[in-house]
Amino acid sequence: MSATPVLALRGVSKRFGAVQALTDVELEVHAGEVVALVGDNGAGKSTLVKTIAGVHPIDDGVIEWEGRPVTVNRPHDAQNLGIATVYQDLALCDNIDVVGNLFLGREIKRRGVLDEVEMERRSRELLQTLSIRIPSVRIPIASLSGGQRQVVAIARSMLGEPKLVILDEPTAALGVEQTAQVLDLVERLRERGLAVILISHNMADVKAVADKVAVLRLGRNNGVFEVKTTSQEEIISAITGATDNAVTRRAARTTAEAQK
Amino acid sequence: MSIDKTQAEPVDAPAVAADAAPAVDPRLLVREQGFAGYVTEFKRKMRAGDLGALPVVVGLIAICAIFQSLNSAFLGAENLNNIFVAMVATGMMSVGIIFVLLLGEIDLSVGSVSGVSSAITAVMSVTHGVNEWLAVLAALAAGAVIGALHGFFFARIGAPAFAVTLAGLLFWNGFMLQILGSNGTINIDGDGVVGKLTTYYFSDVAAAYLLAFVAVAGYFLSAFLGNRRRALAGIPSRPLSDIVLRTALLAVAAFGVAVMFNQYKGLPLAVLLFVVVLVGSDFVLRRTAYGRKVFALGGSVEASRRAGINVTLVRVSVFAIAGFFASVGGLFWASKIAAANQSAGSGDLLMNVIAAAVIGGTSLFGGRGRTWNALLGVLVITSIQYGLALQGIATPIQYMITGGVLLATVVIDSITRKTQKSAGRA
Repeated sequence: MSATPVLALRGVSKRFGAVQALTDVELEVHAGEVVALVGDNGAGKSTLVKTIAGVHPIDDGVIEWEGRPVTVNRPHDAQNLGIATVYQDLALCDNIDVVGNLFLGREIKRRGVLDEVEMERRSRELLQTLSIRIPSVRIPIASLSGGQRQVVAIARSMLGEPKLVILDEPTAALGVEQTAQVLDLVERLRERGLAVILISHNMADVKAVADKVAVLRLGRNNGVFEVKTTSQEEIISAITGATDNAVTRRAARTTAEAQK
Repeated sequence: MSIDKTQAEPVDAPAVAADAAPAVDPRLLVREQGFAGYVTEFKRKMRAGDLGALPVVVGLIAICAIFQSLNSAFLGAENLNNIFVAMVATGMMSVGIIFVLLLGEIDLSVGSVSGVSSAITAVMSVTHGVNEWLAVLAALAAGAVIGALHGFFFARIGAPAFAVTLAGLLFWNGFMLQILGSNGTINIDGDGVVGKLTTYYFSDVAAAYLLAFVAVAGYFLSAFLGNRRRALAGIPSRPLSDIVLRTALLAVAAFGVAVMFNQYKGLPLAVLLFVVVLVGSDFVLRRTAYGRKVFALGGSVEASRRAGINVTLVRVSVFAIAGFFASVGGLFWASKIAAANQSAGSGDLLMNVIAAAVIGGTSLFGGRGRTWNALLGVLVITSIQYGLALQGIATPIQYMITGGVLLATVVIDSITRKTQKSAGRA
């Protein structure tokens, strides 16, 4: 792991009118590292991701890209740096096949005409390197399962050769096996030396693939934990902001009942 | 990865990474080589409700069989020739409306715009003595501009396309009546540019055969060369037998129609122009980045926007295309009746245009369809009209039957979508 983080946020703040959405947030992501970003609803996860992706420019603080301060004011800026974002609603066209969706908006042309052969070859190559299994690259997205759509959306973000991939709740609507497929893919992104920011509500997923967990609470940092050395309870108490919370009370009650 | 054609390898499955487990997911669509593969693929498609053009072709054969049994003149060269020439006006307008339907929108103004087009041509060339070519160009340009105007109100202002083009339907009909003036009907020179559109025939028998030959050879070459590129790039390609079979089917149809034309007056100019438009528009929709954008917008507007597609521009251009083809259709109508009159573009024309697109297999829900659908759909509608006319059955019955066919088609479209949903394909 390199010493300079791919992306570093230093004291980032963001206001929406009277609402202070983010206050002095710090975050570091290194190449070949999966950082899970967790927090309760309204903790500022989505806002933070959108500032990185260029949807909302930051008010205060510095965004450092490979050690250099950069300005990210538009989604285009983020893409040019090498930041790819896969949003929760996947933004795929159901009626177009996998190849067409992967290359939507950046079609390869040959003498002004779509080069379907080259696009299909590259699609297969890409899906193969990511070990993605889908029935065929020539069937419409509509025929794919939720997990397959998610991996196609992630694969699509890889076409721009990004250095940082942001995944917004990639497993939120998926079944057990599909979740495993997506988590496998996240691990493969890490093996390829990419930095990954993973937003998730699911502690099991976070424990399964993340290297670090950054907790946000009420728009502020509430600790960064090494996944290996931290228990799930510690993370949850950081998210909820107290050791005495609904989750721990419930846990205590059920263990007490079990002992009776 | 290389495909060894002699082995029954899974050609449509993604290659397995060298170090990954070789177990292939049983749910992968593994298509076998040869014709057994096509049979299983066809069965799968039927189960999934992916019927394609099949219902229309079956319907067309049924229509021909019924009318032929009622009157043996139906499949005669003269009647078939008349059907082919008459369908071009509606068919041209249908090509334009298919672009709009692909977006999942509707354009109700095409009938009125076609009337405006014939009126502009007639007033300019006949009343004011302008060169007829110039008049035709002006009419076509006017159609495109009118369409773009509708597109602007829809895409930029955000008004529903249904409402904007409904307003257009009324407005442009009024506009046409206004420029036609008080006497109402302007006769067009039958030997002029517009007049010749539906009356000119290439009387040399070679013309029809040449067109059929060019179509068949062009299809075979593009399929063959495209396939060879695919094979060289190491991605699944069709077996040669498949291409030969498709080419043979096309050849039978193309030369059959050519023989039919030559038994009457030869290849009609109108049909030649229609074929050129169909090939051109199909190429634009399926082989260019622009066409891909049209399909993308029909699938998901948000996904298109995020992919960097200029949504407003594509929408405006699609409505301009619909206006342009409405204008082209108007010229063919004027040619057929050799006049621009007050009833141009009214009556059942608009309904027939939309019905032809939908009957041909274009989805009203957007994102699914091809311009070839216009040919199939308009053949069905015009065949019914001419078949009933041969029987001396009056317009009211004709309307009811065409309405019934349209309803059946929409029902098939909706059921298809439901089946596709339950089969996970919609």
